[in-house]
Amino acid sequence: MTTTTNATKDIIVFDKVNKWYGNSFHVLRDINLNVKQGERIVVCGPSGSGKSTLIRCINRLEEHQEGHLFVDGTELTDDVKAIDKIRKEVGMVFQQFNLFPHLTVLENLTLSPMYVGKVPKKEAEEKAMIQLKRVRIAEQAGKYPLQLSGGQQQRVAIARALCLTPKIMLFDEPTSALDPEMIKEVLDVMVEMANQGITMICVTHEMGFAKAVADRVIFMDQGQIVEQNNPHDFFNNPQTDRSKDFLSKILGH
Amino acid sequence: MAETIVFQSLPARPAPIKTEGLVPWAKANLFANWQSSLTTVIVLGVLLYAIPNFIHWAILTATTAPNAEACRAPGMGACWGVVTEKYRLIIFGRYPMEEQWRPLVATLLLLALLVASCTRAFWNKWIIVLWVVVIGTFFALMYGNVLGLTKVTTDRWGGLPLTIMLSSLSMVMSFPIAIAVALGRRSALPAIRTFCTIYVELIRGVPLISVLFMASFMFPLFMPQGVTVDVMIRVLAGLTLFAAAYMAEVIRGGLQAMPKGQAEAAASLGLSYWQTQFKIILPQALALVVPSIVNNFIGLFKDTSLVGIVSLYELTGSLGLALNGDADWRPYKLEGYVFITLIYFAFCFAMSRYSLWIEKQVNKSKLR
Repeated sequence: MTTTTNATKDIIVFDKVNKWYGNSFHVLRDINLNVKQGERIVVCGPSGSGKSTLIRCINRLEEHQEGHLFVDGTELTDDVKAIDKIRKEVGMVFQQFNLFPHLTVLENLTLSPMYVGKVPKKEAEEKAMIQLKRVRIAEQAGKYPLQLSGGQQQRVAIARALCLTPKIMLFDEPTSALDPEMIKEVLDVMVEMANQGITMICVTHEMGFAKAVADRVIFMDQGQIVEQNNPHDFFNNPQTDRSKDFLSKILGH
Repeated sequence: MAETIVFQSLPARPAPIKTEGLVPWAKANLFANWQSSLTTVIVLGVLLYAIPNFIHWAILTATTAPNAEACRAPGMGACWGVVTEKYRLIIFGRYPMEEQWRPLVATLLLLALLVASCTRAFWNKWIIVLWVVVIGTFFALMYGNVLGLTKVTTDRWGGLPLTIMLSSLSMVMSFPIAIAVALGRRSALPAIRTFCTIYVELIRGVPLISVLFMASFMFPLFMPQGVTVDVMIRVLAGLTLFAAAYMAEVIRGGLQAMPKGQAEAAASLGLSYWQTQFKIILPQALALVVPSIVNNFIGLFKDTSLVGIVSLYELTGSLGLALNGDADWRPYKLEGYVFITLIYFAFCFAMSRYSLWIEKQVNKSKLR
């Protein structure tokens, strides 16, 4: 097999990717993973298993040290141009929202289109309002992020990522910092997105969400992909003892 | 099946013990327990003794007549005559008497510029043009030699105009340098990081007096023969570099306090390093350190009095100039110091109040 043919039909290709933190912590070990355009993937696993690092490599928030990583046909290297191109195509939603607190909701959304995409202000604002309506929060456009609830902030963060019209959306535990009552409003927005055909990779422990929308569940432990399968088979018939053990712990109560 | 119980919330009611108003405030802050009551009584006693005495000296037995003879009469209090007699020398230093309208106009222009720069309505790109024009006019008026104004060399400049010019220019120029150095100390490039660290440590390691001394006396030794830079410019550069080193550390503190997620979110949105710094990181980091920055500015304003070491007579220096050589008035230096203290205080207090306003402005987004 050759990576180049894979790169043309797969939007993301991990080819034997390895990464270390410092000299001793081997956080990603021989990761091979191909993601098709439009595929919806849920990544789960115990904390410290490398799931966040895995998706953060896709938009180069983390650098891998060995192996090859292609996103939409472009290999991620130190080449700044390639990184810029890929970041325009990849949106990301963080656990802690990471909205810019000194900017209004609308300014959070228009910042990147205006300064990176060189879109005129008025057009950027119109597009931003469309995204805010999509996440059902248009009436809060003039407020500052800290004036919103956690669930509202995370929906703004999703809208902000969508303003770049990305081909790929990465979610890094998007509901882990939310009060239980707010998780649903965020998941609802994500389910809607999933039904519109965007490529999604989501690190989450929301197994209900995985069952409802994922095409594939990836289970990681100790920097490796232990098991991957469609949600039905993964939850009902896990293949490895490690995933059985993990599932019994998170589904057991 | 049991019937569902409908939840009913209790209405909110006011706190049972009053916490607002003069009496509750005094009770909580001045007479909370016997130690605090005792302290209050002692402090009040001292004030009751000191304030009437001060009023007696400063107002009741004082004279404002510019007459040293009258001041020497027995039982006289403060001799404000020293101010009425010498105020032009104190405020304008050795600037030629008949030309003193020039520093007056120049200083008023500069003060107007400073006030404008502090006002929201002027926060746009035209402020830079305004600065260039006003600073140009300031120097033209002070130095002269154009438009029929006689030439007044910089060694004759002095007093309040010098204090205000040196401090405002060094504040404004040190700010961008400080930002650059603060970013540089966090740079990924070792050469830049090392350079910025050495700069900060070197400048912080020496007193301002020696920086000024070197700027004035050593710098010319490194210049090619025949090239001279005016002492005013050299002192201005010294003050600026000194202030920038301190401010860089303050700003770096603000940068350090920023959560990593902000830069990551900016990167994930495709913003470049500079866009991230100027749009996301610096606005928040600077807002965090407004009190310390103003603290530094206030310190710098008063530090300008050290330029006396290189024979530039700003406000403090010109007070000495006005009184030291005059045997009649020299005994009343205290009154002179009270006078310039009030001037210093007025400026510093204005800066400190402005800082509170700025803090409110930049923290608007944090109000719920």
